[in-house]
Order: sequence, then C-alpha cells, then structure tokens
Amino acid sequence: MLPAAMINGLMYGAIYALVALGLTLIYGVLHIINFAHGAMLMLSLYAAFFLFHLFGIDPYLAIVIVTPAAFVFGYVIYRWGVGKLSGGRDQNILLITLGLSIIIENGALFFFTGDQQTVSLSYSYDAVDLGFVFLSYPKIISFFASLLICLLLWALMTKTDLGRAIRAVAKQREGARLVGIDVENIFAITFGIGIACLGAAGCMLLPIFYVDPYTGNIFVVIAFTIVVLGGMGSIVGALLGGFIIGITESVGGLLLGESLGQIGISLIFILILILKPTGLFGSKV
Amino acid sequence: MSKIIPHLGGSRRRFIRNAGATVALASTGLSMPHIAQAAGAVKIGLIHPATGWAAYPAAQLRYGAQMAIADINAAGGIKSMGGAQIEALLGDSQTKPEIGAAEVEKMNEAGVHALQGCYQSAVGLAASAAAAKYNIPFSVDVGVSDKLVGRGLSNVFRMADGYGRIARDASAYLGEINAAAGSPAKTVVIVHEESEFGTGTAKLLTPALAERGLTVVDTIKHANPTRNFDNIALRIKSAKPDIIMPINYPGEYVLLAKTLRQQRVDFMTSFSVLGGGFNFKFIDDMPEIAENMIDVNHWYDPRSASGQAMRKRTEADGKYFTFEVYCAYMSIMFLADGFERAGSTDKDAVNAALASSTLEVDFMPYDKTEMVNGQNMGSRAVAIQAQNGDCQVVAPSAYASSKAVFPRA
Repeated sequence: MLPAAMINGLMYGAIYALVALGLTLIYGVLHIINFAHGAMLMLSLYAAFFLFHLFGIDPYLAIVIVTPAAFVFGYVIYRWGVGKLSGGRDQNILLITLGLSIIIENGALFFFTGDQQTVSLSYSYDAVDLGFVFLSYPKIISFFASLLICLLLWALMTKTDLGRAIRAVAKQREGARLVGIDVENIFAITFGIGIACLGAAGCMLLPIFYVDPYTGNIFVVIAFTIVVLGGMGSIVGALLGGFIIGITESVGGLLLGESLGQIGISLIFILILILKPTGLFGSKV
Repeated sequence: MSKIIPHLGGSRRRFIRNAGATVALASTGLSMPHIAQAAGAVKIGLIHPATGWAAYPAAQLRYGAQMAIADINAAGGIKSMGGAQIEALLGDSQTKPEIGAAEVEKMNEAGVHALQGCYQSAVGLAASAAAAKYNIPFSVDVGVSDKLVGRGLSNVFRMADGYGRIARDASAYLGEINAAAGSPAKTVVIVHEESEFGTGTAKLLTPALAERGLTVVDTIKHANPTRNFDNIALRIKSAKPDIIMPINYPGEYVLLAKTLRQQRVDFMTSFSVLGGGFNFKFIDDMPEIAENMIDVNHWYDPRSASGQAMRKRTEADGKYFTFEVYCAYMSIMFLADGFERAGSTDKDAVNAALASSTLEVDFMPYDKTEMVNGQNMGSRAVAIQAQNGDCQVVAPSAYASSKAVFPRA
C-alpha cells in the first residue's frame, strides 16, 4: 500500500501547491500574509459550483472563466481596497485581510447557507487501474492541470516583462519605482495573480472535494506550511513543498493512522523553522 | 448569544401586559415575582454551531426549534402561565466547547429560562455543565454521548437516543437484516471520526456486533476534517469486509462514500451508525452511490400524519427534512410541556416537571416519554435505507415502510 499512498500524496500535493502558490507570490512581492486566502479559495469553489449547477459548465472548463474573474477580483480588492485602506502599513494590511476573510465567510454563510455542496460529473468514478490503486479521472486531470498552471506561472515570472517587473518590485521597491515601474499597479497585479491561482485551484478541487463557507480553511493551513517549507516567495519551493506535504500526509496516514498522520505536517513545519527558517528555496521571486 | 428574536410585536404587548400586572399587584398585594412570571415571556436559549464546519446542521436545528416555537405561540403560548409566549435567544458555539459554555453564561445574564443544544456532544457536555451551575433546564436536541445525561445533573434531559442504545439497536437491526438474508455477512470494518461521538460509538459497537455473530476486522479512526480518504479506502479494501460501518460527520461521510466507489471497494452494504451525511440531500445529490446504503439514526415516523405534514412544510420552505429539524422541534415541545406543567419558570419546578414528563410525540417512532436520569427511555433510532431515490425505514419491523435490500443490488 506504500506506493499507492505515495501516488495519492503526489496527486493531492500538486493541488496543495496550487493553493500555496498564490500565498507565496503575494508574500514574496507584497511581504504580507493574506489571511483571506482560505476565504477566497472558498469563493472560487463556489464560483465553479454555480457555473456547473446553473449552466452545466464542467469545473475543469470553468477554469477559463473563474481564473480571469479571480484575477480581476484580486486586482480590484487590492487596488481599491487593501492598498488604499492600509496606507501602506503592513500591520494594517494584515488586519484588513483578516477582516475581509470574516466578511467573505459570513457573506457566504448568509447567501449560500452552510450546506455542503458537491458535484457529480459523468466521469467522476471512471478511473485508471494501476494494479495497486485506482486513479480517478478527476484526480488525474487535477494533477496535470495543477502542474501546467505552476509551469505557466513560472514562465510568466521568468520569461516576461511583467514577471521581471514583479521580481524587480519584490527585490527593490524604490529602485523599481525609479526606473519607471508603476509599483502600485504591480502590487495589484501580483495580488490578482495570487487570487487567480486560487481561482484555478477552486476548479481543480471541486470535483474531488466539497464546498461550504469554511472549506477554504481546511486547505489554508496546509498552504502556510508549504510556503514555509518551500521558502517564502518561491514558486519551485511551493511545488516541491506541495509534493512533500502531500506525500507526508498520505504516508503518515498510512503508517500512523489517518488521525495521527497529520502530525507529520506539523513536525515538518517545526523542523524547517528550526533548521532552515528561509525554507528549501528561500530566495525571493 | 447573538440576539433575541422578536415576535408578534412582542415588546409593546409585553409592556402593556407588564404594566397591567403592576397595577394588579398594587391593588391586590400579590407577590411581584409570581405576577411577573405569569405575564413575561419564556426565554429559551438555542446554542448551536451556527458558524464553522457544522453550520448546516446548526441551521436545520434552529429552523426546527423556531418552527416549534412559532407553533406553540400561535396556539396560545404556555397556557398555565397566562399564555406566555416563548422567545428564542440564539447562541453560536462556533463548534468549540469553551464558546458553548460562554454562551450559557451570557444567556444566564440575559435571564434565560431554559436551554437547548448543541449538536456536538463535546459542546453539549461543556454547555450543560455550565447550565448546571445555575440549575437552568437543558434539553439536548442532538448529541449522542451518554455522558451528557450520565453525570447526575438534574437539569439535563435528552429526548432522542444516545449512542449506547443506538449501538445496541444498530447491532440488533443489522443482525436481523443479515439473518433474513441467510447470514451472508460475517465481517465489519468500522470507520469513525476522532471525537467523542465517533470514538464512543465505535467502542460500543464492537462487542454489540460480536453478539450478533459479526466480527470487526478493523477499526479506522480519522481526523476532522480529512481531505483524502484514498488510504482508508485501500485499507478497507485489503481487509475485505462484508459490511462497512461509517460513524462520522457530513463532509467526511460523503467523501468516504465517493472514494469507496472510486477505489472499487466491494462490500455487501454500507451500514452507517448516526451517519451525518445520510439524508434526503445525499440521496438527491448522489443517487447512484446512495442507493441501498443503510443508516441507523434519529428518524421521523413516516406513517404518522403529523410527521408527513412536517416534512411537507419543511420542504415547502425549501429545506431538506433532516433529523435535526424534528429533533429540535421535539426538544422544544418537551421544554414547553415542562413549563406548562410547572406553571412557572421556577427552575426547580420546571426540572421536576421535565423529569416526570410523559409527553407523547406522535411524529417520532417513540413510546410515551419516560425520563430515567435525564434520558428518555421511550425513544428509539431506526434503520433507514436509500431505495429508488427515496428513504425507507427498514427496521425495526414495527415501523418499517419497506423491506431491506441486502446485500445491496
């Protein structure tokens, strides 16, 4: 059963990485922790759910709608909300994102109720038989789509002018401003990209999980651990961290039982803080 | 505690009524507390996890309780108290025991006369203990730990069953269903969540199943929440049980059911005990997976006209008729009956009245209420099965609306 547990861990790890990517990107550039990350993931899940429920759009196809919409949402929230209200002070940003999470979660509870929603796709239970484990189509699609999105984001950050501008702002804010980069706009774009990652993650998660107003919190603790493990601001670190955490969770569950298996994640978190506080790939984006 | 629900222009009416009572007091010399009690509203605090992962069942519980309160008030309130109306005070435990206990303190300061809650056993234990300090009558609407009523607290009551009686009945029902099919099932795997509810129920089931000739070959505990059930499904698959017995909350219940299907786990039936996710919504959402699954749970009596009427009314409001709705309704009726017979809000009198309750609840498959140490001995859970997109009672035979399909089709 060990190989099966490792494969399952890899599958989930890719999705965890996608959730963590947004968090690490926002931290790497803006140097803030987005406490509304879980709430925004939950909104993405609901967006994918309603597109399926009302219009019959497959969650994996909904990615082309939800991801740009999430980018716009994130951009607007930062440009005319978080950025303006915080006055540029980090502690204000933390409080604002915390407040935002409370508003979003309670708004979802009011409008969508606490009922857990799931989707059943025509291929939900179709699976590839590896002999020792069945890999369902939704999990396979989610795995490869998550990898592709990570690759696209890496390409955006390393091969485009926008990516170079984002990295410049992350490294030397004032220097970037002096060479003509619109720093405030880059902040908002980065925040938007971070939330767009959540938009994609919501579409990947919906077919294999459920959504209710608190679902985001189930994944956000994992995401924080991955960011610390991979190194704050590192895309490669987030992906590798996602795999490590996914496998740790899965193998830990197999060896220690599903309840005690969660200890492995906390142990990694503590060890990395003691032994390598900058994470595996501690450089900035 | 969050807010007090206003009702029927209550404040103005109460003012006039209280003012009248004060005038009467001055002219007759009667004691103030008695008059004030006769004229004032009866406040019942509802403590449920309105926010957090259990927000949905909490909303269902509130809905059922408020439906009962509206019905009682519309029928003239507590008649022995001059038609006193019932007011609901809403509290949010946020799924945390310490918050549940804090809500009791706030409600006590707000002058609550009785309390009801709390869905999670762990929260119910903390909240009812806090209520015991003030001797406030406390009715457990949903909460299956037998510790809730086993601590010798004279203010705590439960109309529905606890896990001790449910484990016993579930084993008996499974034994009957298995025997009727020629006893093809020999082995069981129990999958339970990690808190008092799942752990306590699982412990009781193992010996009870052995008495019915069923061997528990593995007991698997999981966290709340669990994101990935693949390992558990593979572990179950390697144990090759005839019966899978989940004991968990809604999210994990549904995820486990989906994963068992994805991993092609073969078994005769899923026979859950207090399966949080087994309800009409689950059957609507995933009819193929739900078909022929069995659950032993609190359930209404489908043969009763009042049960059917309540179901229609609930569905007309756009809600699913889950067990939380009628358990909360029943619990409020029980408290109201206590106030009615006590004729006041005096805590000792109400607790004594509740302890001697003989209330008959016709929409549940219950005998006449008989409280022993706070537990209603007239209650019983039933076995229900998803059949052709609906839910049928399959055991005990006295309440069955259909014959069990076992092994599953």
